[in-house]
Amino acid sequence: MDKITFTKFIIDPKIFWSNFILLGIFILIGFGCSHYMELEGHYVTGMNNQIVWGLPHIFAVLLIVIASGVLNIASISSVFDKKLYKPLAPLSALLAISFLIAGLAILVLDLGRPNRLIVAMTTYNFVSIFSWNIFLYSGFAVVLAAYIWTMLDREVNKYSKFMGTFAFGWRIILTTGTGSIFGFLVAREAYSTAILAPLFIVMSLLYGTAVYYLVLRIISKFHNTYIPKDVLDNLKKLSVMFLFANLYFLGLYHVTNMYIAKHWDFEIFILSSGGIYTLSFWLGQVIIGIVLPIIILSSNKFGTHLALTIASFLILLGSFIAMYVIIIGGQAYPLTIFPDHIIIDSSFYDNVVHSYIPSIYEFGLGIGGVALALIITLIGIANFKFLPTMISSSHSSEPSDKTTGS
Amino acid sequence: MRNSAELTRREFIVKSVTAISAVYIIPDLIPKAVAAKPLDLEVSAKTKWAINVDVNKCVDGCTACVEACVDENGLYGFDRPETDSQWIRKLQIKDIKTDKVTTLPMMCQHCENPPCVDVCPTGASFRREDGIVMVNQHTCIGCRYCMMACPFKARSFVHENLTEQVTSAPRGKGCVESCNLCVNRIDHGSETTACEEACMKEGHHAITFGDLADPNSRVSLAMQAKPSRRLREDLKLKQRVTYSGF
Repeated sequence: MDKITFTKFIIDPKIFWSNFILLGIFILIGFGCSHYMELEGHYVTGMNNQIVWGLPHIFAVLLIVIASGVLNIASISSVFDKKLYKPLAPLSALLAISFLIAGLAILVLDLGRPNRLIVAMTTYNFVSIFSWNIFLYSGFAVVLAAYIWTMLDREVNKYSKFMGTFAFGWRIILTTGTGSIFGFLVAREAYSTAILAPLFIVMSLLYGTAVYYLVLRIISKFHNTYIPKDVLDNLKKLSVMFLFANLYFLGLYHVTNMYIAKHWDFEIFILSSGGIYTLSFWLGQVIIGIVLPIIILSSNKFGTHLALTIASFLILLGSFIAMYVIIIGGQAYPLTIFPDHIIIDSSFYDNVVHSYIPSIYEFGLGIGGVALALIITLIGIANFKFLPTMISSSHSSEPSDKTTGS
Repeated sequence: MRNSAELTRREFIVKSVTAISAVYIIPDLIPKAVAAKPLDLEVSAKTKWAINVDVNKCVDGCTACVEACVDENGLYGFDRPETDSQWIRKLQIKDIKTDKVTTLPMMCQHCENPPCVDVCPTGASFRREDGIVMVNQHTCIGCRYCMMACPFKARSFVHENLTEQVTSAPRGKGCVESCNLCVNRIDHGSETTACEEACMKEGHHAITFGDLADPNSRVSLAMQAKPSRRLREDLKLKQRVTYSGF
């Protein structure tokens, strides 16, 4: 019976350092943008008193949702005991922690007062879902670190199933919390529904799987990691399942909104008259993000690798647009302050669909965050034995004594 | 013979009415800080600050309340209407059924169940016992979640460095702010907010401020005189700002 052996990321130092420096430059740009926004104030961004959450929040929420979802592979291995995924589990947990830290970094650096982070960490209002999320996010990082330890250290390996199950439960609650940040906003037609929580969970499952596949594919280009066909087939099936789950919950979310009479106007806005938001919804969120990947993954015309690669790219492009529709589209639609009146005139844009053009600084901060996630992963796999030497369907569930290093 | 020390019936009635008048009427004629409290006393729920707006008295084109608020709180903008703070704004609305056009001031509605307070992660957004909803400028981290939660778009984020601040109303870049019912004036014994004062000076009397706990306060009397309503009553936020006349 084969043993799972883990190794560090063995890569030509030139390629490692060139990637490290490139990612480092993006991270510095991100910090620079954030610093400039803090010095000058948020007027230099595209955000204003109408669109209060912008591009940084799209990046941050997306990265946090991905952080939860990318743990799928480890969860399937530990919680559902699929031995096929056992060798892939540590990388999955590392990616989760990397994307979580990156998402949180963006959120914090976009605050009006990032220097008051200590206040957020010490003063809590437990009625606020935001406060709960601070605990859920920081707790998730600790749980993941412990989970990685149990997976990689033979002496505590017997606790890995328990920690895996614990992390699985934690991330479901975490994504529920992230969805509820929007779901609890009763004043806005786009958000005031509990369906956003399960919608965010299925989004995390889909986006996380796509990120995992792409990262594994990139690593396998440089590192001699063979991904067997049964793993690929399984990832393909999972992705199709998650795509249909997304379609279902997205449909349910909009049907529910249509059923609520006072949300009807917002539905008309997003689905038919909202200009860029309507286009983004149908072309980006639905067609690029869900329909095309389903067609590609279900078609026999592409090889499994090619189908998964194209589909994963489309899913991630769609995920970004989905966040744009949810976060920006939800704010762009004006508040209904007078349900039985029309606002004719206002100095505060109460009567118009708000526009949002993000600035280069917000984009820099967001890209810096993505680079942060990738550099943490790169440093992790280069210094610790996260990668399996060979992924095979016929192996024992116990890690090997013969763990090899670089 | 009549004892001069004895009261006739007429004298008794006259003196009694005078005494009752002295006790019940004269105090209402003298300007006083009915509910205003000395600064060393804690804010109490015995006071219920509120505003009533009579939209029939609000004049189209008049922005006296807005200008007074700007002066009182140093809300001088940067000629960037999308990012400049507005604690009070004038709206013109049209009834869908009757086409009646109304103009009214819109500010923080000082909800008894404020969503902004519920969502604030640090508790910087808070509601005082006397009903004033405001932001602690020292613990606001600038996350803007309260702005997402407010159904009335009553809050503004300070988007840039401030140059002309007034000492009585300190503000901070990167923090959220909104109407605080001129808390600094009220806590120092004033009976009126800047917007109400300006509206009265213009002779419109559309804005009435006062203590709802006092049945004889201006705001209580205004609300007794005309039925009033809260905006978005379906949300059950129990705002302290009410509107009459529409």
